[in-house]
Amino acid sequence: MDQILGNIGLLFEFPVVNLKIVLDGIMVGALFALAAYGLALVWGVMNVKNLAQGDFVISGGYVSWYLVQNGFPALLGVPVAFVVMWGIGWVVYKLVISRVIERDLFTSLLATFGLAIMMAQILNLLFGSDTQSVDLDYDVLYFFDGFIDVPIAKLIGVLMASVLAAGVIIFMKSSRMGQAIRATAQDARAARVMGIDTEKVYAFTFSLNSAICGAAGAIIVMVWVIQPFYGISYSIRAFVIVTAAGLGNLPGVIAAGLGIGALEQYGAHIFGIGYQQAIAVMLLLLVLLVRLIQQRRNRQVLK
Amino acid sequence: MKKLSMLSILMAAISLTFSQASLAACGEIHLGSAISLTGKYATNGIHAKNGYEYAIQKIKENGGVMVDGKCYNFRVTYYDDESKGDRGATLAERLISQDKVQYMLGPYSSGMTKAIAPVTEKYKIPMVEAEGASRSLFNKGYKYLFAVLSTSEQYLASAVTLAGEMAEKQGKKASSVKVAIAVENDPFSLDIRAGVSEDAAKLGMKVVIDEKLPRDLSDMSAILTKVKLLKPDLLIVSGHSKGAATAVRQIEEQNIKVPMIAITHCEAADVTGKFGDAANDILCSTQWAETLAYKDPLFGSASEYEMGFKNAYPEYKDKKVPYQTAQATAAVYVFKDAFERAGSLDKEKVRDAISETDLMTFYGGIKFSAAGNNIAKPMVLRQIQDGKYNVVAPSAFASHKLNWPRK
Repeated sequence: MDQILGNIGLLFEFPVVNLKIVLDGIMVGALFALAAYGLALVWGVMNVKNLAQGDFVISGGYVSWYLVQNGFPALLGVPVAFVVMWGIGWVVYKLVISRVIERDLFTSLLATFGLAIMMAQILNLLFGSDTQSVDLDYDVLYFFDGFIDVPIAKLIGVLMASVLAAGVIIFMKSSRMGQAIRATAQDARAARVMGIDTEKVYAFTFSLNSAICGAAGAIIVMVWVIQPFYGISYSIRAFVIVTAAGLGNLPGVIAAGLGIGALEQYGAHIFGIGYQQAIAVMLLLLVLLVRLIQQRRNRQVLK
Repeated sequence: MKKLSMLSILMAAISLTFSQASLAACGEIHLGSAISLTGKYATNGIHAKNGYEYAIQKIKENGGVMVDGKCYNFRVTYYDDESKGDRGATLAERLISQDKVQYMLGPYSSGMTKAIAPVTEKYKIPMVEAEGASRSLFNKGYKYLFAVLSTSEQYLASAVTLAGEMAEKQGKKASSVKVAIAVENDPFSLDIRAGVSEDAAKLGMKVVIDEKLPRDLSDMSAILTKVKLLKPDLLIVSGHSKGAATAVRQIEEQNIKVPMIAITHCEAADVTGKFGDAANDILCSTQWAETLAYKDPLFGSASEYEMGFKNAYPEYKDKKVPYQTAQATAAVYVFKDAFERAGSLDKEKVRDAISETDLMTFYGGIKFSAAGNNIAKPMVLRQIQDGKYNVVAPSAFASHKLNWPRK
């Protein structure tokens, strides 16, 4: 308890720490938001809740790491991971997801849960369970007497994440495929009646999700560390964010992602880093409670 | 030409029968081990397994284990415990009751050993383990559990002493040293924390940060920010490979200036290879270093062991052979020694022989206390100096001078 009070005291004693925490949080949050957006996409369009979301992220990280091991520049990892994971996503869709779309919620949850375990073990067999990271030889910018450190690598990562997010938004708004995806999300049957090949849309959406995750993973490996079994922590955050922001609400997803990033950092500072993930889960509970109360107000019955 | 090839076939056939005959002459001692080949402990689990296998191979090449005038070779049945404790206990049951294993080699990590020890104890199966250092393993009164390594509360405690010495050299009191501790929430790391805070309390030092790292750690900037604010003189980090990798990377990134930083699992995380200069002047605790002057007739000196192992396992060529591997080898060596002294395959006799072990190995002295932990070998502290691991403490073994304060 003393430590918690002491930690809160530090926030007031050194106000600049707040800025650092928020900055760190935003940088983590940007990547959470990417993974969450992919999840929202798949969830909204095909009503599949992909529990393997985090494992797609980690796989993308390994694609990038593998490239760097073979002498390619680290920044190339992001587009390559995007493309490779697109392909993997497509294969996974054809093999697994296409068979569970029409089934009930439970089947798709089980299938993607199994997928998550499989992917983690395959990565473990391929690359070993060592923690891996790609070290970019960029400088670190220091502000406020070195209190705030912004590694250029992180800056590049956040920049790439935002470019990717912007690209996806423009794509969804203005391209024919984007329209088809949105139409399918609204009403798959109607879309089919209007001549949209929903099977193709599903495959495309899932591959796109996988590719977004892959790019996020490639950024993560430049900034933090990855390990075959780290997928779950990204999956959890993606679920928290999507639950908080709702489906089909991209600005909401981004805001929630950044917010959760920052709140987690505050939680880690005040309660200790061991509670960082607990805070994400606590937030999920809170969000669910609030949603429940909201919906109770809206609930209507036919008499 | 044809004759020659006929001849060579004949020769090959003869040599084959001979080698088969010599194989048949040696019996087999069946050991079992449930070890982490997948899951979060897989890296070190595999290091340990390689250490076991190397020892077995080496013993085989040197005439096997001589028990009562008859030669035997070791064979190990491995099961993958997936780094999960309940799985480990189940597999130990299976090894003992289905595979009829009479002697066990340990799993990786204190947690897994803790899960398996009650099972081996129940069936009175002697287990020599090399990777479970938690001191809580040795206060339960286990009679069939023996560990070749130093218990974990000693791992970084010597860094506290060292920090105190440095403070006194500066004309300050040892009690002026401020300590920051960040350890993972698992039995092993919590012991390290206990050892460090005990020694710090003895010297009257103040612990200013005391945090537990999560299992899936990839970001510890929150702790390092606090380090920046509270300016401790000694930073202790223990969180297996991921803790070491994350700490070294972010200490550099956030430009943390602490005079002394001590961490565990430096080699396992390959911090020098991955982060280069960022790892300089960090202190790493180790059970064993290949520069130590220990020696035995089977594996030779510590450095000869390292060379021999690298030849057998080329994937270790570019890195250090981790101590996890060396101690696994030592565990098999203890078994060989005990079998030979017992002169019997009876597990009770073998158990008694193990408990009387007094062996000098390439890994250090091995002599078990009544509780089963090794009391003949001290912990070693090394500092990364220009990418090399140099022994700096305890001063009796030190080959190099400590760089202090860390730049």
